[in-house]
Amino acid sequence: MSEKGIHIEEHRDDEASKLGMWLFIFTELLLFGGLFLVYSIYRWQYPVNFHEASLELSVTIGVINTIVLLFSSMTIAMALTAIQKNNKKLALRLIAVTLLMALIFLINKYFEWGHKFEHGLYPGSDLMALLERGHLLYFSLYFFMTGLHALHIIVGMILLIIAYFKVKKDSVNSDRFVFLENGALYWHLVDLIWIFLFPLMYLIT
Amino acid sequence: MDHNKTHITEYKVLAKILLLLIFCTFLTISITSFNLAAFTVTIALLIAGVKGFLVLSYFMHLKYESLLLRILVGSIFLLFIIIVLITFIDYSFR
Amino acid sequence: MMSNGTDKIEYVSYLEHQGKYSGLRSWIFATDHKRIALLYLYAIATFFFVGAILGLLMRFELIAPGETIMKPQTYNGIFTVHGVIMIFMVVIPGLSAVFGNFFLPILIGAKDVAFPKLNLFSWWIFIFGSILAVASQFLKSGPPDTGWTFYAPYSTTTGTSVIMATTAAFVLGFSSILTGLNFIVTVHRMRAPGMKFFNMPLFPWSIYATAWIQLLATPIVGITLLMLIAERLFGIGFFDPKLGGDPLLFQHLFWIYSHPAVYIMILPAMGVITEIIPTFCQKKVYGYKAIALSSLAIAGVGFLVWGHHMYTSGMSENARWFFSLLTFIVAVPSAIKVFNWISTMYKGSIDLKPPFLFALSFIFLFIIGGTTGLILGSVATNIQVHDTSFIVAHFHYIIFGGMGFAFFAAIHYWLPKMYGKMYNFKRANIAWGSLFIGFNLLYFPQFIIGIQGMPRRYFDYPPQFQWAQIISTIGGVILISGIILMVYNLIMGVRKGEIAPANPWNGSTLEWQIPSPPSLENFDEAPVVKENPYDYI
Repeated sequence: MSEKGIHIEEHRDDEASKLGMWLFIFTELLLFGGLFLVYSIYRWQYPVNFHEASLELSVTIGVINTIVLLFSSMTIAMALTAIQKNNKKLALRLIAVTLLMALIFLINKYFEWGHKFEHGLYPGSDLMALLERGHLLYFSLYFFMTGLHALHIIVGMILLIIAYFKVKKDSVNSDRFVFLENGALYWHLVDLIWIFLFPLMYLIT
Repeated sequence: MDHNKTHITEYKVLAKILLLLIFCTFLTISITSFNLAAFTVTIALLIAGVKGFLVLSYFMHLKYESLLLRILVGSIFLLFIIIVLITFIDYSFR
Repeated sequence: MMSNGTDKIEYVSYLEHQGKYSGLRSWIFATDHKRIALLYLYAIATFFFVGAILGLLMRFELIAPGETIMKPQTYNGIFTVHGVIMIFMVVIPGLSAVFGNFFLPILIGAKDVAFPKLNLFSWWIFIFGSILAVASQFLKSGPPDTGWTFYAPYSTTTGTSVIMATTAAFVLGFSSILTGLNFIVTVHRMRAPGMKFFNMPLFPWSIYATAWIQLLATPIVGITLLMLIAERLFGIGFFDPKLGGDPLLFQHLFWIYSHPAVYIMILPAMGVITEIIPTFCQKKVYGYKAIALSSLAIAGVGFLVWGHHMYTSGMSENARWFFSLLTFIVAVPSAIKVFNWISTMYKGSIDLKPPFLFALSFIFLFIIGGTTGLILGSVATNIQVHDTSFIVAHFHYIIFGGMGFAFFAAIHYWLPKMYGKMYNFKRANIAWGSLFIGFNLLYFPQFIIGIQGMPRRYFDYPPQFQWAQIISTIGGVILISGIILMVYNLIMGVRKGEIAPANPWNGSTLEWQIPSPPSLENFDEAPVVKENPYDYI
């Protein structure tokens, strides 16, 4: 490609695609930022209630999920390294591992939520209506924030599945890997949000 | 166009970062098990900040990106912190 | 240039270019930024008419105290719909989606935006959101009656179709985010070789600043509306005090977006005016860097002043003076711009063509709107006039008198470039006159009765306010006939007008260096970048 980059037929600018992805990540950060703002205000107003309510959550499951996500974040970063080093087979395996980790995270989440639902603790339930205000707010935020986060996990998985097939078809290769790079960036974003979500939801004293 | 010149992060570096991140996770848990009143949440958030910094700089390759992008990412977090602080000007004096 | 660029390409304008599709499909699946701009133009003009008709209906209802042409609940629905359409579907996308799309790439010497397909996708999302917004008016539960601000807890409890309307706002916000993202990357990556940031014309500067607000503020309202929807659907209690929430928090979150959104509306308008004034004075713009940087300053400080919408909602004392202080600070960069426009005119060779008339009236109306904004920014006076028709008058002076007149100025300025045809000047001048007179007749009396205590959003009022309401309604009729005349004139210009030369106003920026209408690729040879884009001799 020439330095001037004036192309009629095929215009390709990986830097632009990456900048675009980063800007999108900014919007996602602020989307969750709005929720963290709400969280911080209600936690400040009801510190004791938030502590009591957080005891309902199992720290063990939270830790497992944290490690699962951190690990998946590393594997997808390694997948990018692999593709840059032109090791297609390893890249495919690493993406597959990442997807497996994402699945484990979601299954864990499913049991965690299911456990609450069994006890009648879900938005709009009769039990929720009886709770104290602080407890109610905590669980409202818990379901909304982790729910939205899980939704992002699913979106990230879809992106990575597409990336997987693109690597397989060689349309993502050691020379043009920006799709995988952007998919990986999105996946790290999901991890990044969880890094803050975990201590704020599970570890309240 | 410099898409051939991108920095490649070695597997070993990534693995080390993961170990650091897991270490930080357990550090948070052990620290928050003591009751240090208001300090606990500060420390927990600080550690989370360190973890976020590691993810951003190594996993997301920010360390090797242009200065512009690094400034932009920094300002996003700064903007968010300012918005939170301003909102608390209302709530903490009500 | 590559080797395939050596043979000269024959000039075909983007309007006649034959792509993959033909007929209507060559428009609605177009990825060319100029065609997408026109798609936005037609959509937004249609919505503007719907909104204007609703506004006129409100004016007729208010011509006399008591019920004249509609029931109170209908009135509540109509002012909500008027607000939702005008804010989310007309003024927020307005200038940046139409003229930003068309002229941002051309002004920086690019052949398109950075992501053309994403650009088309934004338009489709915009249309989808607009359909949702219009549909919310016809659901069985009745049109939303909350006002465009959707304040909780009323919005979480009223029986009307709030969910549909907020979903629409969310979808429209997504379109806005993608447009902003596209423009930021375009400015960073697509500038012509040799063009630095401070060689860009000032309209791209203002679009760039706007794009940052679109990108960073819209997610906050997105999440707020999602929380509102969740609260209605699942009884998750964020804002309803009955469910443990805090209604004031909704107002905080809403205005964290919606105050910067005001700058999404006005910054591109300022950019348009900054393009028009040097052209019609044939003079270098005064204080280029000050104007460019004040755009960024407005965008930045604009993020931090949202609380001045909430002085009477029960915020703490400290928050009130703090927000008041910041609000006064944000007036400074706006004033810098006004000062620079006027200074540009000083000793220029002024040419009173229709675009310049609109630009001049923009400055006049913007000064009235801006200075009354200071009355609202200071806490003591705000409490007197809060939620009165003073507010209505103030923001119409900014949004309609500011953004609206800038839009009219832009269309008169750039229409010859967009279509290659010229409109009739005499009719344009008459239309401008009736718009200007009608506008002031309509909104100025509202300042006076606002101070006297006429509340906003009421369908009824005590008889002592009737004199002003009658003047306002007359003004409204003059205004709408001015709009009709203007649109007729523009359409006639496009269809039967004279062929416009490539540079009818003797402008100096890049769009005037290429043929009218531009070819598909905008520039057949690499554009010459000047040190200062406003380089008149």
